[in-house]
Amino acid sequence: MPAVSKGDGMRGLAVFISDIRNCKSKEAEIKRINKELANIRSKFKGDKALDGYSKKKYVCKLLFIFLLGHDIDFGHMEAVNLLSSNKYTEKQIGYLFISVLVNSNSELIRLINNAIKNDLSSRNPTFMCLALHCIANVGSREMAEAFAGEIPRILVAGDTMDSVKQSAALCLLRLYKTSPDLVLMGEWTSRVVHLLNDQHMGVVTAAISLITCLSQKNPDEFKTCVSLAVSRLSRIVSSASTDLQDYTYYFVPAPWLSCKLLRLLQCYPPPEDGAVKGRLVECLETILNKAQEPPKSKKVQHSNAKNAILFEAISLIIHYDSEPNLLVRACNQLGQFLQHRETNLRYLALESMCTLASSEFSHEAVKTHIETVINALKTERDVSVRQRAADLLYAMCDRSNAKQIVAEMLSYLETADYSIREEMVLKVAILAEKYAVDYSWYVDTILNLIRIAGDYVSEEVWYRVIQIVINRDDVQGYAAKTVFEALQAPACHENMVKVGGYILGEFGNLIAGDPRSSPLVQFNLLHSKFHLCSVPTRALLLSAYIKFINLFPETKATIQEVLRSDSQIRNSDVELQQRAVEYLKLSSIASTDVLATVLEEMPPFPERESSILAKLKKKKGPGAVPVSELDDGKREGGELNGGGDRGPDSSAMAASNASTPSPSADLLGLRSAAPVSAAPPSAGSLLVDVFSESGSGAPSAAVNDDGFLRDLEQPTETSDTLLVEAPGDSDSAPPSVASEDLAPPLPEADELLNKFVCKNNGVLYENQLLQIGIKSEYRQNLGRMYLFYGNKTSVQFASFSTTLNVQTKPVEPLVEGGAQVQQVLNIECITDFSEAPLLNIKFRYGGALQNLTLKLPVTINKFFQPTEMASHDFFQRWKQLSQPQQEAQKIFKANHGMDTEVLKAKLLGLGTALLENVDPNPENYVCAGVIQTKSQQVGCLLRLEPNAQAQMYRLTLRSSKDTVSKRLCDLLAEQF
Amino acid sequence: MQFMLLFSRQGKLRLQKWYVPLCDKEKRRIGRELVQTILARKAKMCSFLEWRDLKVVYKRYASLYFCCAIEEQDNELITLEIIHRYVELLDKYFGSVCELDIIFNFEKAYFILDEFLLGGEAQETSKKSVLKAIEQADQLQENIDFQMRLFPGVLVPNMASESSGLFQN
Repeated sequence: MPAVSKGDGMRGLAVFISDIRNCKSKEAEIKRINKELANIRSKFKGDKALDGYSKKKYVCKLLFIFLLGHDIDFGHMEAVNLLSSNKYTEKQIGYLFISVLVNSNSELIRLINNAIKNDLSSRNPTFMCLALHCIANVGSREMAEAFAGEIPRILVAGDTMDSVKQSAALCLLRLYKTSPDLVLMGEWTSRVVHLLNDQHMGVVTAAISLITCLSQKNPDEFKTCVSLAVSRLSRIVSSASTDLQDYTYYFVPAPWLSCKLLRLLQCYPPPEDGAVKGRLVECLETILNKAQEPPKSKKVQHSNAKNAILFEAISLIIHYDSEPNLLVRACNQLGQFLQHRETNLRYLALESMCTLASSEFSHEAVKTHIETVINALKTERDVSVRQRAADLLYAMCDRSNAKQIVAEMLSYLETADYSIREEMVLKVAILAEKYAVDYSWYVDTILNLIRIAGDYVSEEVWYRVIQIVINRDDVQGYAAKTVFEALQAPACHENMVKVGGYILGEFGNLIAGDPRSSPLVQFNLLHSKFHLCSVPTRALLLSAYIKFINLFPETKATIQEVLRSDSQIRNSDVELQQRAVEYLKLSSIASTDVLATVLEEMPPFPERESSILAKLKKKKGPGAVPVSELDDGKREGGELNGGGDRGPDSSAMAASNASTPSPSADLLGLRSAAPVSAAPPSAGSLLVDVFSESGSGAPSAAVNDDGFLRDLEQPTETSDTLLVEAPGDSDSAPPSVASEDLAPPLPEADELLNKFVCKNNGVLYENQLLQIGIKSEYRQNLGRMYLFYGNKTSVQFASFSTTLNVQTKPVEPLVEGGAQVQQVLNIECITDFSEAPLLNIKFRYGGALQNLTLKLPVTINKFFQPTEMASHDFFQRWKQLSQPQQEAQKIFKANHGMDTEVLKAKLLGLGTALLENVDPNPENYVCAGVIQTKSQQVGCLLRLEPNAQAQMYRLTLRSSKDTVSKRLCDLLAEQF
Repeated sequence: MQFMLLFSRQGKLRLQKWYVPLCDKEKRRIGRELVQTILARKAKMCSFLEWRDLKVVYKRYASLYFCCAIEEQDNELITLEIIHRYVELLDKYFGSVCELDIIFNFEKAYFILDEFLLGGEAQETSKKSVLKAIEQADQLQENIDFQMRLFPGVLVPNMASESSGLFQN
């Protein structure tokens, strides 16, 4: 068969493609393309009607040009015309063009939908499949609106051809992913689940992807799929390699379907039915056994397919985390792969073992492979594999092997690839802190880290070492000695100078007794680095100097001279100049007592979650967009307190937010104007505050160390970080929150909000004129809310408008008497928040302007993902969250009856999983869930202890984030 | 699966299939970024990459790279075999497929892909069934004038790598 003549060759197209390929330069190519475009344009515009073939050929050329990366702004209509051709190839090209170059031109969409509708009802399976493919490829909301009702019917109809069923199943999946609200399975649910029993393997293969996706969203409605999936899997696993004919792939029976079945089962806990569970365990054992059998083929396809199933089975075993025997077998199997000659397998084994390391049943088994993993870190030639090895070392680290692992990671850092250094540094820093038994080891490790990879040591890391040194007086002397030694190196990293300056400024006195590190020697050492450093470091050093004057009066004259020199006191940098002037003045006029008070040793920092851990989580988090990153930065600054950004940053950041040309820029800008966000600048950052309260308050801050404490103690106010945006209208009017005449929130706004904490639908507000209904749904960190504004009167509301303190799409300006208008909000939770967005509604009724402001019932619990766990898991996690600020507790009187069922319904409505048989006291309720925000996930545990006699409750919330615990506790205390 | 890209050793995109809605600009950016990243990797390196919050699975067949981006919970090895099955389908359909087939018959490559994968999920994994669907479609078409077939003369002669069969290595 000649290479390029398959099917319906279009000669003109082939010639054109050849021409393009012959072009010697980009310019020549563009010239040729423009010539062709002009030609096609004239053909399409010409008087002569084009025949189907020519139309097809030109449309195909346009498509080719587009795929080369050029813009195409015509030809859509001709493509749409092809859809109604009864020649298959013309129709096919038309559909391909539409699939690749969708255009939201509404007139066109109507025509396309019409053509699709015709093909769907043509009863010609080939045409039906084409139409379904097009819907699946485009997957737009318009298409979902037009076809989401029809496709389930096609999918389950008895007379539908298998191939059409396959397309229908995946088409529906695509629509469900884009518009879950429009795809309602309802009555079809059970018939869709039973597609798992279909005779035709292809139908099962396609349908199971749909079922898996639907199960993730509605596990209860689809839970009958578990036993069907197990029996299907069992039949495949036990079949001989030839049984399944063409569904056997390189001697492996139905590998794709097997993987999908195992994946579906991972949406559910282990089957409760003993027989089903037994059968499943048998399957898993068989799969593990097969891995030990000699291969039936030497082809890599055989081993890949077989191992794909094996890895998916191991994922399921890890997901269940309840079969110690299987877990250990899985671990041993992966251990074999660690030394496999296939790089891919080593990579996957390292990755999979990482999750095994976190299971209590297999943690020890994983640890036995430490030498192999260290070896992988040293010898693997592919950086992605080394990265996996580093991850695994991090995951398997505990007190028993921390020193070894940290040492290996440190030595690896010296040669590590640039791309992974920063993450490695964070990991080393975390492990060193977490498993430090003696803190001198910790200090050594961090200083080594700075020495080896100073450029990659982020602020968080060196802030943290200082926090720890300040909080532990047993290590201060050692730290001072060690930094002093480290600073002796002729070239030392600036981060080392920062740590050195800070520590000597605080604790230099502890080593001053030794003449080799007398005060003046210390000062001269620090000052020898001064001129090589950046402005922030110099500022820090100046602060260290003033601390020296207090610690060592004998250095006063020398230091004053330095401060007085022109290069300081007239420094062109305002910050440096100001410090020099102020410190000089302070040292000359303040009495020793005042000096001692002002420059007193730093008080211990409150214990918080490690700033480094937060940073690592952020790094690992899913694709952070700039907006949320900025946001994080700002919040973290407050949150860790120890480690935040430098003082001036809060203003700088707000400014840069405002100028970010991203669509959400105004949202962020708004936040500072919004009523809820009168947040104090949350960048109360330890290091800077003592030393550098810059800007207006500088002199007083430098003199008044209360200022520092006050900043630390300030609650980290969560500004309203909920991002609400209306669907697709980037060009709508800028949000008008700033507008002057918004009514303050109604007095009952909080009460109304509280009604919606445990439910999603209902009437939010009602008065004589207006009723506002709400329907909402949430999935992970996303939500959609429908607002229904009903006019209860018989008179029209004019100038009807709503404003959110975030952006919305305008609502219909007129509401007829007795009528209702609807507004849709898409909601994304960027990070956790406490204040609900404000919704302002204004309209004219008769002559009078009505103006009311409500709180939109969006609360942090809406983004809960329920988490099932067994009793010991629950209490283990409970204990892990034992720091005082991770817990919020309230004891309060019951406001409603204490009926068990009502309580349960409310707790479920909250969005968490209600865990049975966990609390030793059956009267108590415990729940678990994970709050999904874009920037991070926050695990939360809840315990509610009713006391029927006293009609009281005790409510305890624990989560990894103090603001979340507190907010949930506040919200919930109003519910019972 | 979120998308599949086929590109040549010279970095030219030969086929792109997107299963998630993205704007054209973003698609181009992703294309450029991944092509660069993958071409920079050495032959014996592993076929999987972490990229943004996705996993990238790729494999080279002769002059063409096949690259898929899958989600966190998806299976890398089975994705490698998705790629292989697709190459087998192309090979069977074109008869010892080479890059030129895909350049000159790009529309066919898309049609075959649609029969095999839909919405980013395997629709039909049986080679026979997929090919049957395509062949049926081919038979439906009107009788093509022999003249319209491409003459070998239109081919550019010095593109040896593009005309080497994908299964040769």
